Amino acid sequence: MGCEPLLAAAAAQPRLNLPTLWLLGVVLVLLGFALAIGQTLKRQPEASIDHALLQRFNLRVRAWWIMYAILTAGFLLGRGWTVILFGFVSFWALREFITMTPTRRGDHRTLFWVFFVFTPIQYLLVGIGRMFVQPAGPVSGWFADLLGLRGIDFYGLYSIMIPVYASLFIPARIAVSGDSKRFLERSAKTQVGLLICVYSLSYAPALLHLDLQTYKPLPPPAAEDREADSLPSPPLTVAPSASSTGRRPWNEGSREGLLFYFILIVQLAELFQYAWGKLLGRRVIAPEINASRTWEGFLGGAATTGLLGALLWWVTPFRIWEAACMATATAVMGFAGCMTLSAIKRDRGVRDTGTLVQGHAGVLDRIDSLCFAAPVFFHLTRFYFSSSVW
Amino acid sequence: MNVTAAVLSLVAKLMSGCSVRWVDCQPETCQRIYFANHTSHLDALVLWASLPKQVRVLTRPVAARDYWEQDAVRRYIASSLNALLIDRENIKVHRSPVELMLQAIGDKYSLIVFPEGGRGTTDDMGEFKSGLYYLGKKRPDLELVPVFIDNLNRVLPRGEFLPVPLLSSITIGPPIWLETGESKTDFLVRAREAVRRLKDL
Repeated sequence: MGCEPLLAAAAAQPRLNLPTLWLLGVVLVLLGFALAIGQTLKRQPEASIDHALLQRFNLRVRAWWIMYAILTAGFLLGRGWTVILFGFVSFWALREFITMTPTRRGDHRTLFWVFFVFTPIQYLLVGIGRMFVQPAGPVSGWFADLLGLRGIDFYGLYSIMIPVYASLFIPARIAVSGDSKRFLERSAKTQVGLLICVYSLSYAPALLHLDLQTYKPLPPPAAEDREADSLPSPPLTVAPSASSTGRRPWNEGSREGLLFYFILIVQLAELFQYAWGKLLGRRVIAPEINASRTWEGFLGGAATTGLLGALLWWVTPFRIWEAACMATATAVMGFAGCMTLSAIKRDRGVRDTGTLVQGHAGVLDRIDSLCFAAPVFFHLTRFYFSSSVW
Repeated sequence: MNVTAAVLSLVAKLMSGCSVRWVDCQPETCQRIYFANHTSHLDALVLWASLPKQVRVLTRPVAARDYWEQDAVRRYIASSLNALLIDRENIKVHRSPVELMLQAIGDKYSLIVFPEGGRGTTDDMGEFKSGLYYLGKKRPDLELVPVFIDNLNRVLPRGEFLPVPLLSSITIGPPIWLETGESKTDFLVRAREAVRRLKDL
């Protein structure tokens, strides 16, 4: 079988390596500090601080902390759990999206398909894609055997299922329901919801089954020996073709680390754009859409994100300049996502999806940039840094 | 409280993504009539499930006998929610729905009623039936609590059996009472307005 060495190489890849654990730990501790500082400031009776701003800060930090803690738990439990976790986030975001956009009675059964067929299948395919490349345990290996999936990369299916098949299915199903009023508009709403909340976001966990390659030089053997004495590093032997392009399998790295890097960069990009916008934001990009997004914030944020992304290159398969480019692209896409969701919310006359229905945290508000950045980050990584493309 | 009811209310809460707001009104175990707009089969279940547990065990939804006694499953659900089934078709003189309701609540239970009668077909609320007026007249001590149920008709519209898990909300407003000398029509209009007002809060 042609894929056997590939499987062996992938199996040797650690789920969480030292750099990843470092980054996870540092981020969680920093957020913990921010949380503690925020709580202490809240108890100060003095009116010396802006309490509205502080409350927003506290809420935001708490949301981040919870998010990263859940993500870390997902990483520790295993890849399947991480995919399921993202599946639930998609489900909830889609729920908010469809609640926000008015639909008609005739859309009911289509929506049922969207929620209970397309969303689960998309995440199932993303999950199986992972199982195929790296049979993690007896169950998933058995499952892949049963379906005879060992030779198929499900990328080919999950990357087109929603944009092609669901997009054809949705208008057809609405047509069958027999209500022609605002037909195109209704089809488009459902399609856009599915595309943003489910399809795009599912690219984030899909990173977990890429066969990552790197142009970085091999790590010094001393570090290798210290970590794995008994294992004479078999992955290194399966990279005979590496020398010609300088590209080799990234066996020492963790794909969870890369996913975490991506999410962190998206969040930091938002933070930097906000900070730059507050500091010297003057030219608002589209006051009708979002009054707080300025050119200064966007450019400054993207540049700073690129810089910080480069500084964190050691968790990724990217070299420093590559990491800078990836982080900048991520920041730009995150901005695009934020603007798009702002436009949708403005059109519907809601400020945050969180206030749409009282008492719900707006999941869609938190993941808008993530949704737009995920497909681009995934495809750039797949094209330049994986063995899937020659 | 029985297991079926607990499971049903959990499923209903998950499916309807329902958030509950109490506006100028607090959960109490005193006797109340919760009256709400009717948009979906899930209304009674979700409203009942969204009450706190201590209140829930003392609250009985009022439902139509002709619908809820059609088959064994519905009968079972109705009985596990401790629903009070009312005959809509053959109403006898001294067994009128209002008499039955008053008899059933005694001095302990609260009720959930939908004064529109049937579920509305349009987005707008229907006219209220007079039952609420007579309840308020015969038992002036009962708190009449308006409830507005939003978006639940999109979760499970009329004639559908598969729910779509959108987010809905329930707003519970300040109680009203029948004023002295207030006519039936005036009161029913005021009660309907009390429900509708909660939509914009």
